[in-house]
Amino acid sequence: MHVPDGFLDAPTSVATGAVAAGTVAIALRGARRELDERTAPLAGLTAAFVFAVQMVNFPVGAGTSGHLVGGALTAVLVGPWTAVLCMTVVLVVQAVLFADGGLTALGTNVTLLGLVAVAVGYGAYRLLLPVLPRTRTGVLVAAGTGAFLSVPAAAVTFVGLFAAGGVADVPLGTVLAAMGGVHLLIGLGEAAISVAVLAAVLSVRPDLVHGAAHLRRPADLASRPGLRDREPVR
Amino acid sequence: MSRRVSRRVSRRASWIAGLLVTLLVAGVVSYYASAHPDGLEWAAGRAGFADTAEDSAAAGSPLADYGVAGVGDGRLSGGLAGVIGVAVTLVLAGGLTLLLRRRDRQPAGASSSRD
Repeated sequence: MHVPDGFLDAPTSVATGAVAAGTVAIALRGARRELDERTAPLAGLTAAFVFAVQMVNFPVGAGTSGHLVGGALTAVLVGPWTAVLCMTVVLVVQAVLFADGGLTALGTNVTLLGLVAVAVGYGAYRLLLPVLPRTRTGVLVAAGTGAFLSVPAAAVTFVGLFAAGGVADVPLGTVLAAMGGVHLLIGLGEAAISVAVLAAVLSVRPDLVHGAAHLRRPADLASRPGLRDREPVR
Repeated sequence: MSRRVSRRVSRRASWIAGLLVTLLVAGVVSYYASAHPDGLEWAAGRAGFADTAEDSAAAGSPLADYGVAGVGDGRLSGGLAGVIGVAVTLVLAGGLTLLLRRRDRQPAGASSSRD
């Protein structure tokens, strides 16, 4: 869902650019609380992973395709503020080096995929966690639901921007139906990939998953790598 | 390494495994991606505003559209572009997060249940 140049008029692009810049500024502060010696390398890797998986479009119905956004997955893995930064880096690299997503639309894409997808995906995850079992399955269900919702949420936000500043004069209902419908399907793929990746990471290193801190038992905390290095070897 | 450590895959090993998977996806699996228009392009065509898209100012980039200019073989060109993209993203995002990380020093043996 990378918006190209030309779809939205200049005032709308300037406005989303301002929203994106403000979001990144806040995220730069918020991410400091999420990142430490253990999680910072994982965050960089997660961004690279999102870039890679975004290259792999999967077919959706007849004649169209979708790819992972990754906002919800990244937020659960490394924290929401860090996820905003990771998504922004991915979008900048895609726009500048690969001409994927417009340059004047960069603020729009950061707003849709860096802000809305992360906020809706992680927000739904946080809202669902308390009502689900405190197990790995509970985490996966919450993350999968957040990932699913994040895609139509970003699509509907685009329609809102299109209503405000779309260059073409086309019926909004048609835009909403087409965008909403196809992105509900893409959301299913988003959920499937996010759950699969999160399950894999949880099975190897649950201690590195930001959103699964509540699964950690005291014994696990005691053996955290940061402390382990300083523990005398018995 | 103590026994308790070996119970888990070490942080470095899991990071390297993750990087290998990432490179495999960008360098090889990406070749098999669906070439159909993505959801937004499809919806734009259906609703009748696809023709308002303009070429990005970056359209002349040697990596535009996930290929390396001058590399004829599609598999190689796309794979190289993917690997380059992974490397650039890793350096930028990894550098940024390393800069931002907390570097608080705790006295040895201090219990750290915060975080």
